[in-house]
Formats: sequence, C-alpha cells, structure tokens
Amino acid sequence: MIEYALQFGLAAASLALLLNLWRLLRGPALMDRVLAVDTMVINIIALIILFGIQQRSTIFFEAALLFAMFGFISTVAYCRFILRGDVIE
Amino acid sequence: MTFVLELLVSLLIVGGGAFLLIGSIGMVKLPDLLTRLHAPTKATTLGVGGALVASMVFFAGLEGTLSIHEVLITAFLFMTAPISAHFIAKAHLHEHTELRDGLPPTGRPVGWSTFDAAPAAGEADGEDDRRGAHD
Repeated sequence: MIEYALQFGLAAASLALLLNLWRLLRGPALMDRVLAVDTMVINIIALIILFGIQQRSTIFFEAALLFAMFGFISTVAYCRFILRGDVIE
Repeated sequence: MTFVLELLVSLLIVGGGAFLLIGSIGMVKLPDLLTRLHAPTKATTLGVGGALVASMVFFAGLEGTLSIHEVLITAFLFMTAPISAHFIAKAHLHEHTELRDGLPPTGRPVGWSTFDAAPAAGEADGEDDRRGAHD
C-alpha cells in the first residue's frame, strides 16, 4: 500500500516541479522567477523525503536539511539585493 | 497495528503529494504575483509537512528507528516560508512602484512602509489622515 502511495507522491512532486519550471521560464516579473525557484526547492525537499521512504534509509535527511537552508538563504539574499542593492551591508 | 500505521503513512503521502500539486497548479494558474504568492507559501508548505510527518511515522512506527531530523526540517520550513514570502512581496512592490495607486489609505499620518520613508520618532501618533509626507 505504501508503494502505491509513494508512486503517487513521487509523480505529484515531479509534476509540481515541471509546473514550477514552466513558471520559472515564463514568469513575467522578476520576483516570479525567484518564487518559482523557492517553490522548486520545497518540492525537491519533498522528493528527497519520499525517495528516502522508498529506499528505507534515513541518510537523505541531511541533504533535505541542507536544501531547506540554502533555498531560504538564497531567496532572502536575492530579495535583499533587490531591496537594498547589497546582500550584506 | 501495522496495517493502521501503513494506512496512516499512505494517507499522509497522498495528501502531501496532492497539496504539492495544488500549490504548483495555483502558481501557474493565478493571475499576478501577489495572488500567486499564496499558493506556494501555504499549500506547498502543507504538502511538504505532510510528507515529512509521513516519513516520521514510517521510520518511528514501521522501521523502529526514531529520527528527529524531520522535526527539524518541518520546523525550519514552517518558520522560513512566511519570511521568504514577505521578502518576495516586498521586493516586488519595490520594483513596481505603480502598485501604490491601488492601495487604500493607511488612516495614519504616515504612508505604507514599502513606499514611504519611516516616520520620525513621535510623528506616527497624530490623528491626521494624510497618506504620506509627500502628497
């Protein structure tokens, strides 16, 4: 039962990533692209977690945690660059 | 007991995947950025939270290896999603200054924070209904 649920979850996360990619390529405003990358990072975290359940291994959580941290930091850095013209003042 | 846990994990995975998909569909379908911002920050965060809780129940209940990493990732994501959404909205308003024309009056002597300078100390307490210092 978990196998079928995992297949659905992996397919949903992959489809969500493709939709994010469409928004990333299309996005009319600059911040649309930043939002698309931010959402892609969250979808990749979900994909890593579901892959970890499928492989029955807890070794992927560090990768997910690193993705979460770097996604947040890069979004905030880009927004600060737009807002202030500098990342670290 | 194992069946109940497997059912719970499967439901959490399916629900999380559905919310991830709904968030990304919303980001493609909604009309402009300030409405588009709602879909990923709420639905996608809930979806990844569902996947993380499923992983926690799976490893604690079925595999017997209790891991605390999922709680860390969930807490981190739920803390940082509103902050990054706020930053994106603020940078968008900073880039598109024509959006200020659609704003309602603040009801205070100072204007909206992204468009107008911060009030001097004590200036914000007046009863005047102006939008900002410059108009």
